[in-house]
Amino acid sequence: MPKDQGIGASSLRREDVRFLTGKGQYTDDINRPGQAYAYFLRSDVAHGTINGVDTTAASAAPGVLRVFTAADLEGVGGIPCGWLITDKNGDPMKEPKHPILAEGKVNHVGDPIAVVVAESLNQARDAAELIDPDISELAAVIDMRAAISGGPAVHTEAPDNICYDWDFVAENKDAVAEAIAGAHHVTTLELVNNRMVTNPMEPRAAIGEYDAARGEHTLYTTSQNPHLTRLLMGAFVLSIPEHKLRVVAPDVGGGFGCKIAHYAEEAFVTWAAKEVGRPVKWTADRSEAFISDTHGRDHVTKVELALDENGKFLAYRSTTLANMGAYLSTFSTCVPTWLHGILLAGNYTTPLIFTNVKAVFTNTVPVDASRGAGRPEATFQLERTIDKAAREMGIDPIELRRRNFIAADAFPYQTPVAVAYDTGNYQATMDKAVAMADLDGFAARKAESAARGKLRGLGIVHYIEACGIAPSALVGSLGARAGLYEAATVRVNPTGSVSVFTGSHSHGQGHETTFAQVVAEMLGCDEANVDIVHGDTARIPFGMGTYGSRSLAVGGSAIHRAVEKIIAKAKKIAAHLMEASDADVSFANGQFTVAGTDKSVDWGTVALTAYVPHNFPHDTLEPGLEETSFYDPANFTYPAGAYICEVEVDAETGKVEIQSFIAADDFGNIVNPMIVEGQVHGGIAHGLGQALLEHCIYDSDGQLVSASYMDYAMPRADDLPNFTVDHSCNTPCTHNPLGAKGCGEAGAIGSPPTLVNAVVDALSDHGVTHIDMPLTPSRVWAAIQAAK
Amino acid sequence: MPSIVMTVNGKSVSGEVEGRTLLVQFLREDLGLTGTHVGCDTSQCGACVVLMNGDSVKACTVLAASADGAEVQTIEGMANADGSLGVIQQAFQDNHGLQCGFCTPGMVMSAADLLRHNASPSDAEIREWLEGNICRCTGYHNIVKSIQAAAASLSA
Amino acid sequence: MYNFDYLKPGSLAEAVEALKAEEAVALGGGQTLIPTLKQRLASPSVLVDLGGCLDRDVLVVRDGDCQVGGGATHAAVAASQHAPKWLRAVATGIGDPQVRNLGTIGGSLANNDPAACYPAAVLGAGATITTNARTIAADDFFRDLFETALDEGEIITAVTFPTAASTGQSAVRAANYQKFDQPASRFALVGVFVARRTDGVRVAVTGASASGVHRWGAAEAALSADFSAAAVAGLGVAPDGMLGDLHGSPEYRAHLVGVLTRRAVAACG
Repeated sequence: MPKDQGIGASSLRREDVRFLTGKGQYTDDINRPGQAYAYFLRSDVAHGTINGVDTTAASAAPGVLRVFTAADLEGVGGIPCGWLITDKNGDPMKEPKHPILAEGKVNHVGDPIAVVVAESLNQARDAAELIDPDISELAAVIDMRAAISGGPAVHTEAPDNICYDWDFVAENKDAVAEAIAGAHHVTTLELVNNRMVTNPMEPRAAIGEYDAARGEHTLYTTSQNPHLTRLLMGAFVLSIPEHKLRVVAPDVGGGFGCKIAHYAEEAFVTWAAKEVGRPVKWTADRSEAFISDTHGRDHVTKVELALDENGKFLAYRSTTLANMGAYLSTFSTCVPTWLHGILLAGNYTTPLIFTNVKAVFTNTVPVDASRGAGRPEATFQLERTIDKAAREMGIDPIELRRRNFIAADAFPYQTPVAVAYDTGNYQATMDKAVAMADLDGFAARKAESAARGKLRGLGIVHYIEACGIAPSALVGSLGARAGLYEAATVRVNPTGSVSVFTGSHSHGQGHETTFAQVVAEMLGCDEANVDIVHGDTARIPFGMGTYGSRSLAVGGSAIHRAVEKIIAKAKKIAAHLMEASDADVSFANGQFTVAGTDKSVDWGTVALTAYVPHNFPHDTLEPGLEETSFYDPANFTYPAGAYICEVEVDAETGKVEIQSFIAADDFGNIVNPMIVEGQVHGGIAHGLGQALLEHCIYDSDGQLVSASYMDYAMPRADDLPNFTVDHSCNTPCTHNPLGAKGCGEAGAIGSPPTLVNAVVDALSDHGVTHIDMPLTPSRVWAAIQAAK
Repeated sequence: MPSIVMTVNGKSVSGEVEGRTLLVQFLREDLGLTGTHVGCDTSQCGACVVLMNGDSVKACTVLAASADGAEVQTIEGMANADGSLGVIQQAFQDNHGLQCGFCTPGMVMSAADLLRHNASPSDAEIREWLEGNICRCTGYHNIVKSIQAAAASLSA
Repeated sequence: MYNFDYLKPGSLAEAVEALKAEEAVALGGGQTLIPTLKQRLASPSVLVDLGGCLDRDVLVVRDGDCQVGGGATHAAVAASQHAPKWLRAVATGIGDPQVRNLGTIGGSLANNDPAACYPAAVLGAGATITTNARTIAADDFFRDLFETALDEGEIITAVTFPTAASTGQSAVRAANYQKFDQPASRFALVGVFVARRTDGVRVAVTGASASGVHRWGAAEAALSADFSAAAVAGLGVAPDGMLGDLHGSPEYRAHLVGVLTRRAVAACG
């Protein structure tokens, strides 16, 4: 029987009550007394020299408090990049300044030039129209191949537009080349991983406030990681010490990676609040989000996979151009390197792997993490190439994967690309997905589709990802400029209720419910007695935030460790009350007992004693019952799974309809199955959006063509089927106390190649071997025509 | 400036607005009803859906002045009289039909209009009806399930 | 949005008067106009809300023609027992439920978006547009992208679809509209309306052409001689003059015109 509380229960989400009644509090719902409004004037050209910005008329417009340009921002630093990548020659990456407001040059459409702060938003926007920046347009560089072959330089620091040229694993380069040269079969594939706009439904917003009497700054912002924002903004941009800077990320309407980065608007409103002596509020509209939120993906890749006559993978080589956009956003540089290169072994025993990645500056919006970040790009190239190899060699694509899987008894498994997988069982997840997919019935379904004039296809993928980022010492050695632990404080209140303060921000993941389940399980109490607090640097001791599917594996483990410390101390108090040795005290179901006796005290008594310490072991213990833990993971976690998709293609129009989508994931131990399933649904939909619909397109002048939902196709309900999801194949993570692996990104990582494999299968009789995403009707139709 | 009077969640409200004031701005800024959200500026995402004279509309694409005299219902008016979740709201919680919560008010209001027209919609009819509501979190699977559950509860 | 004065006249005469003001713009359902205003792409001095003065009903008039009030919403047409099935289907396919609850037929036709559905149905059926000043045949109404025969300040009060043969006019016996969605906006990437009338066949195409909604004469001739999908199987339209954008090349749109025409014919029965 399913549990109704604690770990393993599908507890209903407590946060839903406020969201369902309109009582959520998102940043734009907050209004501070006396607030003024900021409007950013943004560049409408992709590349140009700023000769001057005349703000005279705007400054005199009704309601205007101040107009700011870069010249006003003396002493304000640029936005830092969080990860230093070292070039193959040993040089540090090129790191041009990323100013808050454009300094002397604009480098992408949307680059902020000036800000009007006014009494109302309409007045600020009206006044911004009176600013006439004098800009000499320069030739823009948009296409990455053009950028590295003599195109105009975005930054003088990088005349060839290359941020870094990265080899991994450098020592394997020659051996990989040799293996490919001598292989029985080599499959090659050139592909594009399409650029996406991340598009959480809540546009970004920020409110800065300054308390002059106390010298304290407060920033309310749409962030996945308020402490990280405080660290970057306080230390690098505004020089405000942490104890004078509070960052609040209240309810946040989705993040998906594009709310990790520290943004110019956050720094501006924080700084400007002090300058104008009023709170300053900024809220993006969707059009502004399209040209100011970080974008995702945008890789151009060439792959070679060498196989022997039995289909065993011998070597894998890929070369990638990764778009950085015009500036380096917070995690931008590690996405195509350490979040990408280390996944190129996939689930397979490929002994030799080499990749080269060139990160390229272009006159486009900065590119950074987007649900999956690097791992979708790795999985896509690998799983598409394997599918093509299977077709070329006449081996069933499931069988080819099975022949190369790392065996279930081979863990821990050291890959040739630095990481060691702790646990997994890929045959099991593949078996599960195959069982759910009724593959025996596929031929009949294909015939039935054909009778209706449709082409049916079947796509299969087995993905792996690296989550729970990450061991601080490891990432530090790889160039990270921060640690990637997580912090938690567990405070037992005098009446026994529990307040948990976590650095893992929740913006849809349901932490307030899941984390309470973990604590309730450990303390044997009702979930309702546990409150989860997140999102405010004034209340939470510290934190690194939510990304990379790390919240349960890292943040949950920090909570677990803190609760263990609580239990250890509580046992000592209980031992004192029962006049026993604490070694003899056991704790279960909220009761402390002494083995072999009928002595017991309950949780409430111990909690009260901790705060009313009349009868208390003062010689050895301090009063109170509150513990903090900083948990630094020992390794990444490695969720994996098998995905199977069936599609029908209308060859006359090119329209693809998804008939079914099946996912069998291994996430290790699961706290709330209902929430996990929901995360997988959302991830799959996000990935299918990339595969089928979403495409961020610039024209050659650097104008964003897909700049609103009129042209950027978000997946809607009628684009998608119901999903069949299983997570019964679990190999618990061996190195964190919860055995959890993480589930938030899996769907977005596994689903794009699954869909593309299915469509290519459907069109294989027409001679189509690859189509670049998104598989929109016009592109599918064009691919069919081209193959004729 | 036009003076407007309307009934919002059963209460009569009035205000003076500029011609350009949108209904969603009047609700959020003048009435403090911030449950109705703004997620786009091209009238596609549906985070701002409210009922106006019983029909679902996008409050970001209606002038407040045009709603003069109308009866408007927002997410804040969907709970039962005792404050407990209404049938559709409860179905969304029971079926995990929301994650970040931002699109949720629009989803609930749109679902309310659907179920008024069609007491027992098929999955396909629900998916088609939700053309004007975009969700990035759920993949829609559990939203469809929630609306099915609400339909079953309402017709039970 | 730039600010503007807002007026909601109670009668057509007052609305006509109000629209004489400099830079006055009529507001129908607002589902296109308001997003345009939000982008600051227009700056009217006064917005004249027609919601208080236009007929919103769908009626059977004269000897059975279907008359749709200029202020009738897409939802009203979709739900009307008085509208023929093919017209209800067109209305049901426009926008999303919220757009259909506010958007009006008059507003859609006056705007004449090159990717809108109603222009194809009105032109394909050979409907008549009635304004405060006159009646205009559909063939004379649509001029170019976003351009119509309407004079400044002229208001569409009704649209009459010929559904009864006894009026002396020709009537639509069967019709079908095939819409192929642009994946993002869900406007028609291409839409083809085929009407089988007592005097022959009319075919109207939206979404495809760089000059807006238009009739496809060759298909009409072929289908008037032989109303079957096979009759148009060999016909193609040239990509020249077709729209091309990120959602489809001129070649793709030209191809879709043929596909959708055949499908519409097949669906007409």
